Amino acid sequence: MDKVNVTIDGIVAAVPSDYTVLEAARSLNIDIPTLCFLKGINEVGACRMCVVEVERARTLQAACVLPVSEGMVVRTNTPKVREARKTILELILARHNRECTTCSKNLNCELQKLCDEMNIKEVPYQPYEMKVEIDDLSPCVVRDTSKCILCGRCVNVCKKVQGVGAIDFSKRGINTMVTPAFGQSLNDVACIGCGQCIKVCPVGALSEKDDTEEVWQALSNPDLHVIVQTAPAVRVGLGEEFGMEKGAPVTGKMVSALKRLGFDKVFDTDFAADLTIIEEGNELIDRLNNGGKLPLITSCSPGWVKYCEHFFPDFLDNLSTCKSPHEMFGAIAKSYYAKKEGIDPSKIFVVSVMPCTAKKFECKRPELSGTGYADVDVVITTRELARMIKQARINFAKLEDSKFDKILGESTGAGVIFGVTGGVMEAALRTVAEVVTGKELQNVEYTAVRGLEGIREAQVKIGDLDVKVAVANGTGNAKALLDRIRKGEANYHFIEIMGCPGGCINGGGQPFIMDKNEIYMSEVDRADSLYNIDRSMPLRKSHLNPEVKTLYDEYLGKPNSEKAHKLLHTHYTKRSRF
Amino acid sequence: MSEPNVNNGCRCGCDAGSKMDVQNSKLKEADEIIYKHKTQKGPLLSILNEFQDSFGYLPRAALEETSKVLDMPLAEIYGVATFYSRFTLKPRGEHTISVCLGTACYVKGAKDIFDELLKELKLDGSGETTDDGKFTLEATRCLGCCGLSPVMMIDGEVYGRLTPEKVPEILKKY
Ligand code: SF4
Ligand code: SF4
Ligand code: SF4
Ligand code: FES
Repeated sequence: MDKVNVTIDGIVAAVPSDYTVLEAARSLNIDIPTLCFLKGINEVGACRMCVVEVERARTLQAACVLPVSEGMVVRTNTPKVREARKTILELILARHNRECTTCSKNLNCELQKLCDEMNIKEVPYQPYEMKVEIDDLSPCVVRDTSKCILCGRCVNVCKKVQGVGAIDFSKRGINTMVTPAFGQSLNDVACIGCGQCIKVCPVGALSEKDDTEEVWQALSNPDLHVIVQTAPAVRVGLGEEFGMEKGAPVTGKMVSALKRLGFDKVFDTDFAADLTIIEEGNELIDRLNNGGKLPLITSCSPGWVKYCEHFFPDFLDNLSTCKSPHEMFGAIAKSYYAKKEGIDPSKIFVVSVMPCTAKKFECKRPELSGTGYADVDVVITTRELARMIKQARINFAKLEDSKFDKILGESTGAGVIFGVTGGVMEAALRTVAEVVTGKELQNVEYTAVRGLEGIREAQVKIGDLDVKVAVANGTGNAKALLDRIRKGEANYHFIEIMGCPGGCINGGGQPFIMDKNEIYMSEVDRADSLYNIDRSMPLRKSHLNPEVKTLYDEYLGKPNSEKAHKLLHTHYTKRSRF
Repeated sequence: MSEPNVNNGCRCGCDAGSKMDVQNSKLKEADEIIYKHKTQKGPLLSILNEFQDSFGYLPRAALEETSKVLDMPLAEIYGVATFYSRFTLKPRGEHTISVCLGTACYVKGAKDIFDELLKELKLDGSGETTDDGKFTLEATRCLGCCGLSPVMMIDGEVYGRLTPEKVPEILKKY
């Protein structure tokens, strides 16, 4: 890359010529505040928070969208710049429903943080009264437009990263708002509930639907047997809520915290992930051998499943009929476990702790009730669990380690990597390879399907068969991949799709990251952490999970048996794209 | 299984209820308009302009069709449709009320008249036609009778020296 010479706050440096002033400054350890900017996704220069003085330019310039040029002289900390930044914040606050102490983003809010850093002490403008209209009809996402600062991040994440476009700017001037089409509720449009908009919103205008109260109530109901399960990605995210480093593995502490909260049993969704692999692996083998519909596409990500129902209904027969792991868990808990423990299934209350907001919609699907009862009663996110732990005054960092309970708590490394893009594919290949060849697989790591690129393809030899596989993460990438298949430009036997960029580790319910431009980097830490756990496990193939084996021996019979079908499989519904 | 949100009867006061007849008679016309402009660069504004001219407003079914054909989110199209004051999302009401918000009327309290009308007609300031399709409310510049300010006009008939209290009485006549 060519370089150009720039001077920023007196520091002379040669920087790549495709840098913006913001990038150049940050590479020199000079920070410029930003609010709307999100690299590669929202580079619109909307908020002007990042203004700087540029020699020979008449007005202040927005550093996030200004390319560097040879000889450029920039000043980032002058009276004029400081004054402008203050004015911008004051103007935002004059059109903002300020109620920090009761706000969903309290202590996680970029606006709050900037006001502190820029020393804002008062709002010298007549405030414009924001009408408070809360849209909380969606089971996943709550919208409060009175907090919205119109930065546009959610609009562009939803449109560009997720390929949905459920929300956009409407009207103009002082009436400008971010809304779904025709001012409808998010619940009435093709929103997939992924929560990626929540993750990037700098303020409290978007948040998850909080279901913690329902869990507290169940916990204090003596008639209920309340059990909890935790998804793989939760254990490498939760620690961040308690000041630990990104991706810190906290499995043992998490289990202890859940026991202290009063759950009767603490189980692991990883157990059900292993179960999913047995069912889905056998489904793949069956489709390959018996001319079934191909490519087979994974169905464990509810954001992706809903996306498929809205936008690619012609692919619904390609979706695996397997329920997602936590739903399988619920069905097994209310049948096998209930029977074995002698508990009335109507008294079992299943709580799922998930990195995902879309699972809140999923658990309300009427078809997911294989036992006659809802498989899962409530889904809470990693963030909501953290809130409960804080509310209960548990000193998380000081907790000892505990183990998951039997008989739904055992897992293998294959179940763990479900939390990262490529993980379901790799877990499935480990099992399918052994089932098909009947030989023990020596090298279990399929590195070809690892990584964080949006779409990855590989060809894998299983027995005599060359199996063509693809992995996509973020529904926008799924769209790109499926469009190519529709046009006949690509074809595969097996595809893994996860709705969120990076997979569940970056789900819409994971801990907030204050610097939103680090969101897509923190994936790396959380992903590494999951792969480390996998490597440390004695068993790394789903079909070796002893509790899963017992489940088949004692209850389900064979994979894809009639009983397995009734409890562990589902069907899909075509939905409108509007 | 039912399909949620397929506009069979609508709660939001848009024209979805009339989608059926739009579908029958107008959808073909809408399609012709869309395909005519589809290949040009930035086709959306031309399409919306032509919808407005042909139908007198932007029928929701036509916007949905546009979204499908251009592979552009409906929320984005709705955003453009509500950004430009030239576009309307409902057919014009039976009666048109124009309120002068020019300087002379404004200083004499025209804004209060306008707000009173919004309240009486249950409009939120964005939609300009009432749910029952009876009135369309618009703000205009000088109507040329500043002596009577504040002034409004209903279907060509001028009402002057208004106060908010007089508004409900006048509306009753229609
Ligand atoms: S969005 Fe931020 S500044 Fe606004 S009320 Fe919430 S915490 Fe406070
Ligand atoms: S939850 Fe996902 S689909 Fe729904 S508005 Fe947010 S980003 Fe878009
Ligand atoms: S809802 Fe949040 S992310 Fe979306 S425009 Fe408003 S402030 Fe920005
Ligand atoms: S304009 Fe640069 S961060 Fe908003």
